[in-house]
Amino acid sequence: MIRALSLLLLLLVATPAAAQPPATNVEDPRLYEVASQLRCVVCQNLSVADSPSEMAQQMRALVRERLRAGDTPEQVLQYFVDKYGEWILLAPRRRGFNWLVWSAPFVSTVIGLIVIAFTIRRWTAQRRKRLAGIATAPPAVDPAMRERIRREMELENER
Amino acid sequence: MSRKSLRWLLPAAALPILALLAYGFRVNHRDIPSPLVNRPAAPFVLTSYAGEPMSLEANKGRVVVVNFWASWCMPACYEEAPVLERNWRTYKDKGVVVLGVNIQDKPEAARKFIDQFSLTFPNALDPAGKVSIDYGVYGVPETFFIDARGRIRAKHAGAVTDTVFQREVDRLLAEPR
Repeated sequence: MIRALSLLLLLLVATPAAAQPPATNVEDPRLYEVASQLRCVVCQNLSVADSPSEMAQQMRALVRERLRAGDTPEQVLQYFVDKYGEWILLAPRRRGFNWLVWSAPFVSTVIGLIVIAFTIRRWTAQRRKRLAGIATAPPAVDPAMRERIRREMELENER
Repeated sequence: MSRKSLRWLLPAAALPILALLAYGFRVNHRDIPSPLVNRPAAPFVLTSYAGEPMSLEANKGRVVVVNFWASWCMPACYEEAPVLERNWRTYKDKGVVVLGVNIQDKPEAARKFIDQFSLTFPNALDPAGKVSIDYGVYGVPETFFIDARGRIRAKHAGAVTDTVFQREVDRLLAEPR
């Protein structure tokens, strides 16, 4: 058990380290800032900063050139958005309809917590009611059954 | 929250997810919409493999078919090369020009490809990939149909067929200049 737990802990600690981008592709931090936000168009879930593909190399060269020419990182990103659409950005921009995507995890977590809280409250209330019922109230007996018991008792007494 | 309201809430919560799923199934995920359609085509000047300048500017007033290809793009580029050549020969006297932009390739391999299909329309290497990025190219082959006024009117991803070529070009030729 302890071994399993420590393994899990190790995995949790090791994952962020492994996810660090390789330092080989990009040396300039400003270039990395832009390139890491751009989707490599020929890859699966890789940024332009992380991909070794020729297309990504050409895109990095263009980003570098535009930054050197005096463009701001936002202007360079906008250039790519103009050409490829917002799809080229790895994270959707925080505006308009995109807020739905950004807020959905938080909103659904809050809704989930509320549902859980209500359910627990209902369960505990039901349990308390049941326990209180056992302690005080006499067991409910059907009038027909009561009548039958009374008659049978009378018959027994007459014998 | 009563049991009764929960009975309604659960299917109601599943509804938007199902709607999204239905939408996802109906959309063609291979169809990549380009924001460039109906926008002016980016100008470019390249040097063709024949040593001539190849530019969009020089072809103003004509319907231009810009095709992005690579010699390693198997089999789509090999399928469409004869189609492009055939249609270029048919349409070149009607005010249509085909320009091949060779991307992410080695010149020797590209020259071999041009010889193999006896391509007679101009083809040029895009050495730094700038033209391909300017056209928002994802992969090869991709073909852009540009009207006589220099606007991109259609984008086709994948091998061009006779049907696609003729449909797009005829449509643009039929427009008043």
